[in-house]
Amino acid sequence: MNQPTIEVLHGRHNHLIDPALHIWGWEIPVYLFLGGVVAGLLILSAALELVRGRKDASLPMRTAPFVALVLLSLGMVALFLDLEHKLYTFRFYLAFEPTSPMSWGSWILVLVYPVAFLLGMGSVPQETRVRLIGYPPFQKLKVSSWLMCVFGRADSLRRPLLWASVVSGAALGIYTGILLGALSARPQWDTAILGPLFLTSGLSTGAAFLLLLPLDDGERHKLVRWDLLAIGAELLLIAIMLIGFAAGDRAGQIALTNLTTGNWGGAFWVLVVLLGLGVPLVMDLLEVRRRLAPVFLAPLFVLIGGLSLRFIMLASGQASSFRMIQ
Amino acid sequence: MSKKTEPRYAMVVDTKLCVACKACVLACKSENDVPDGFCRDWLVEETRGVFPDLRAENRSERCNHCAHPPCVHACPTGASHVNEGGTVLVTHHKCTGCKACIGACPYDSRFVHPDGYVDKCTFCLHRVQRGKEPACVEVCPTFCLHFGDLNDPDSEVSKLLRTRKHKVLHPETGCEPNVYFLEGGPR
Repeated sequence: MNQPTIEVLHGRHNHLIDPALHIWGWEIPVYLFLGGVVAGLLILSAALELVRGRKDASLPMRTAPFVALVLLSLGMVALFLDLEHKLYTFRFYLAFEPTSPMSWGSWILVLVYPVAFLLGMGSVPQETRVRLIGYPPFQKLKVSSWLMCVFGRADSLRRPLLWASVVSGAALGIYTGILLGALSARPQWDTAILGPLFLTSGLSTGAAFLLLLPLDDGERHKLVRWDLLAIGAELLLIAIMLIGFAAGDRAGQIALTNLTTGNWGGAFWVLVVLLGLGVPLVMDLLEVRRRLAPVFLAPLFVLIGGLSLRFIMLASGQASSFRMIQ
Repeated sequence: MSKKTEPRYAMVVDTKLCVACKACVLACKSENDVPDGFCRDWLVEETRGVFPDLRAENRSERCNHCAHPPCVHACPTGASHVNEGGTVLVTHHKCTGCKACIGACPYDSRFVHPDGYVDKCTFCLHRVQRGKEPACVEVCPTFCLHFGDLNDPDSEVSKLLRTRKHKVLHPETGCEPNVYFLEGGPR
């Protein structure tokens, strides 16, 4: 079994598969990144209200659920672009396959839309509601009565909606990781830690997205601290993932080499670990401890790191295969 | 034993007889209208060892129709499914082309058909149901390909696996492939 392989002539050469698997392009990492940001926005904006009570939130916090819907829709456009058999997209919603993370994901997306919409409607301030309901074309088209009903529901269900937002956000964040993690044919993805890793990355990128906007001091104070926790947890999970690969079998060794010293090693250490996590961690710590004025660089780095993590994990995973084990 | 059991279709490839002529590939392409630039079965010619102690092996490979098919588990719409005799098939009008199954297959046996759906070897089930052999098996000039029912102890494939040394590809995946490769003489 230890005989070295001298030559393997492979007569297949199927497009997108040989010489190395390349089934998913930019669309999937962009979707996974946006899904993570949306998960972060839903969890953080709801958690902030659960912790602080229903105070006057800043405009970015009030509109966060609507922004999440826009980002999620952009992500779904990317998903749609990736599909090869586009006319059959409706097939996702004629089946539920419990073993398929992608099936779970397509149904989770359906759950996220009404939750985020109602959460956002509940945050619309009173004067805006009055203006919307009184808008003449709306009254003519009977939209006003529908709006009143929606506002009423959004208010009466506020607390369950906040929890639903946290739960559906967590489901969305975890599933984006499990989507890859369940494909055990690729040694790089064959780790259960991708679910929690993508969720924490989603939390920190969601917080970073909000921190780029004009929040009030109380919100910023909380979010920077939560961002710090998420970045710390993410670094820990990355360390556990690498240790898991190192302690694993030949497939694990391939995954480890791929990510740390192989083709993606440089990008992984520089863009994900150093720029995306290390530098923002130090900058956030300085902001918290030394009470320095916030700068937009730390959140920007977190977003670049989150996007890079998705691209690197996707590309390196596709290139890792059992064929590498001779 | 009188009770008739479900068939468990399998293919046995005799690597000692295969000369890598690729007739199986051509037969499959013409039988199944496989588009240009794609193939459902293919040849691997492998040389191992340290000179001058070398070993060459020719393998006609295809979808392994695994007993635990990860592609079927990954499919979000039920397009990939297990059919008669354990064959793993794709229902074209259910497939969205999401490519999760391609990512899930450790043997890289699937590809995206230019028409959008995912395509792969079917063990020529349409021929088998009419009592014929798969096209690749029928055309093989060295008779190195064998197809049959593993649940029938008298089938040719069962007899070959009982009497000859054999292997499957990457058993460590745990998928339990159903394409076997005969490596040597009697066990």
